[in-house]
Amino acid sequence: MNFLKALAVALGMIALAVMGSGFPVMRTFVAVVAPYAAMGLFLVGVTIRVFRWAGAAVPFRIPTTCGQQTSLPWIKPARLESPHRPIGVILRVALEVLLFRSLFRNVGAELRPGAKLTYGEEKLLWFGALAFHWSLLIIMLRHLRFFMEPVPRMVAVLERVDGFLQAGVPAWYVTDAVIFAALAYLLLRRLNDARLRYISLVADYLVLSLLLGVVSTGILMRHFWKADILAIKEFALGLVHFSPRAPEGAGAVFYAHIFLVSGLLACLPFSKLMHMAGIFLSPTRNLPNNSRMRRHLNPWNHPVRVHSYEEWEDEFRDKIKAAGLPLERP
Amino acid sequence: MADAKPKPEDLAGIEYRPRGGSWLEPAVAFRKGTFCYSAAPKNLEYLGLPNAREWQPYEQDWKLPPDWQRIILDGMKERLERYRSFRLFMDICVRCGACADKCHFYIGSGDPKNMPVLRAELIRSVYRRYFTATGRLFGRLAGARDLTEAVLKEWFYYFYQCTECRRCSVFCPFGIDTAEVTMIGRELLGLVGCNINWIVEPAANCYRTGNHLGIQPHGFKDSLDFAADELEEMTGLRIEVPINKKGAEVLFLAPSADYFGTPHYYTLLGYLLMFHEIGLDYTFSAFASEGGNFGLFTSHEMMKRLNAKVYAEAKRLGVKWILGGECGHMWRVLHQYLDTMNGPADFLEVPVSPVTGTTFENARSARAVHICEFTADLIRNGKLKLDPGRNDRWCVTFHDSCNTARAMGLFEEPRYILKSVCKRFHEMPENTIREQTFCCGSGSGLGTDENFEMRMRGGLPRASAVRYVKETSGVNLLACICAIDKATLPPLMEYWVPGVEVAGVHELVGNALVLAGEKVRSTDLRGEPISVKEGSGDA
Repeated sequence: MNFLKALAVALGMIALAVMGSGFPVMRTFVAVVAPYAAMGLFLVGVTIRVFRWAGAAVPFRIPTTCGQQTSLPWIKPARLESPHRPIGVILRVALEVLLFRSLFRNVGAELRPGAKLTYGEEKLLWFGALAFHWSLLIIMLRHLRFFMEPVPRMVAVLERVDGFLQAGVPAWYVTDAVIFAALAYLLLRRLNDARLRYISLVADYLVLSLLLGVVSTGILMRHFWKADILAIKEFALGLVHFSPRAPEGAGAVFYAHIFLVSGLLACLPFSKLMHMAGIFLSPTRNLPNNSRMRRHLNPWNHPVRVHSYEEWEDEFRDKIKAAGLPLERP
Repeated sequence: MADAKPKPEDLAGIEYRPRGGSWLEPAVAFRKGTFCYSAAPKNLEYLGLPNAREWQPYEQDWKLPPDWQRIILDGMKERLERYRSFRLFMDICVRCGACADKCHFYIGSGDPKNMPVLRAELIRSVYRRYFTATGRLFGRLAGARDLTEAVLKEWFYYFYQCTECRRCSVFCPFGIDTAEVTMIGRELLGLVGCNINWIVEPAANCYRTGNHLGIQPHGFKDSLDFAADELEEMTGLRIEVPINKKGAEVLFLAPSADYFGTPHYYTLLGYLLMFHEIGLDYTFSAFASEGGNFGLFTSHEMMKRLNAKVYAEAKRLGVKWILGGECGHMWRVLHQYLDTMNGPADFLEVPVSPVTGTTFENARSARAVHICEFTADLIRNGKLKLDPGRNDRWCVTFHDSCNTARAMGLFEEPRYILKSVCKRFHEMPENTIREQTFCCGSGSGLGTDENFEMRMRGGLPRASAVRYVKETSGVNLLACICAIDKATLPPLMEYWVPGVEVAGVHELVGNALVLAGEKVRSTDLRGEPISVKEGSGDA
């Protein structure tokens, strides 16, 4: 089964990192070689991928119009769902990126006896996806405290806000709990729904497994097998300043954590996770609905063979004449 | 054929739980009623399309050219560079499944490969295998498949089981548009001669005669003359129908079904009455006698080839701008492709309504105006005298056609017109109208009789919504602004919701329109008696 294959990879990576943490060579491999290699792959891979997309032509202006066009002055246009100006397009894309506008529309279709179809609100996927992505963003920003000295004020504020519940010592972050729950939901959803199971590839489960691994090891390090924060910070600063030293006392869980993160980074450019960049380039969302107002240019608008009026008139001359219609060349 | 048609109750029990093993194993059975026949060689030859031959999808041997794989892969490579949509949509799908139950063919058939995500995966799996590192390295494990003949047959089956309606793209968090994928998929199939006749024959007709039905100039004129005669009988007025008239202000472009099809024809009568009443200086063209464009369902190139005559005729006839009739896919082409492909239309003028003086700013560059924009403007400015009472036998709902909805955003204009020309109007449930509208199930050239079962399945969501308003509000007329709808919704209604008829918006305009000097009309445009006392409306 696809999920088990993916799980095996994630667990294998954890096992390798945990066992390796006892050996200096492996520590260097996991904490130094792997992160740099992964970061290199990530940067080069993402750049190539984005350039390849950007290099592909946009021959036609094909927005999906999800609202009233701008036409007659007394008809109210949908400025966000069918924008005809750049500002509307920017807001439309922003809504997609920040709030997952289209996913919010989700409804489930259900067939009732007598061939009756009903449609029910289905916001859970939107909610789960939004919870996951926003938590991930906040967690990544929080992690800046490891890579920067002094810690920027914004990061400190973010930490305080995120830990406002003040539950436990150290305090639980809201985002830690939310991201774990959201990932669990996204995974269980894939496993539980026959339809989703059918469309899911190993890669879909792999990404979720790696992310769950990263989150779990992160939580473990903070609350259960507490890691030596100072050693980790020293190590992280070393990474940033290109003088890395694998920390000795950071603990096995830390090694699993950083190895999984490296794995994610490395496979990102080759995976569906590229949607994070692709969403900005989607031609059905980032083009205005104004193709009759302003001409869109197709860079490869090749000439094609057409049937001209003259050829048409020549072929049907007698019939055109008989019908009493005018001819160009009688 | 007729004997094999399944009954509604046979189609109503739909199993949504996918059966069988992995979708990566190509498996497709060409069962009668669920696919379209191949394009006849003469039609391919006329258009100069490759690999013209006798073959049928259900046969084992598809008589592909020996190097067909190379042709397809080269074609993919070229299109990955030419269409950012294609390249991007191959890369960024996360398989979240939000699109699954948005497709009318999936809802109506339960076939998992009709989920938009899997329809795209059929081609994405081949993309991964030949164009990505992971696919080359890990093969099946990465969701990659070899391009085999079985895979190609699957493409044919499922890309001709998608109506390019774009409903899934409304719900996709990345805006992935299956219509783009299907269009490219069909182009690739076309490179090795795997087309369907219901598309290629109209395209060949259109290329030769100027319209899909293959009507020649004298037949075209006869039909319009006949319409004028009928209108004279109904109204007592002699109505001019100009054809190929040089120097007219407006070129009127309509789908050719309007001249011959039923109920399209009543819409044509509606246009003619309205043009007469407002004294529009316009002309039909016997060459650009088709606004529709089955090239859209064949390839971008064919679309451009067929579309060229629109501006060419406008130029030859010396008109100022173009007015387009009721047609869905024609308007996708006119709105999103015409100006780019065949423009610039610098020999035309920015459209201004000669009756109201309104400038159609939204058509400033392409210079083509939708008839609903034009008519809504007339009504708003009080230029039409209307007696909605003449449509009293109808209780109306409106079906947004996919293309005018999701590739144009034309929602309010037809509704404004309908509410002005009839008294009883009810919307279908909100998940089935406007940008969420459901396809008739027969769009994009799939409306052929041999595909009957699949059409009825694909039309189920639309039919179900119509039945709802029939039962709750007594709706008995489904109004629409699409020629394919007018051809395929009547059998769909007859199948799932008997008792509901189909009409174009301008048929109802024609009924309600009070003409200067007309005799008391005893019948509507269908020749049915007008039951209500003349003038009982707010005219």
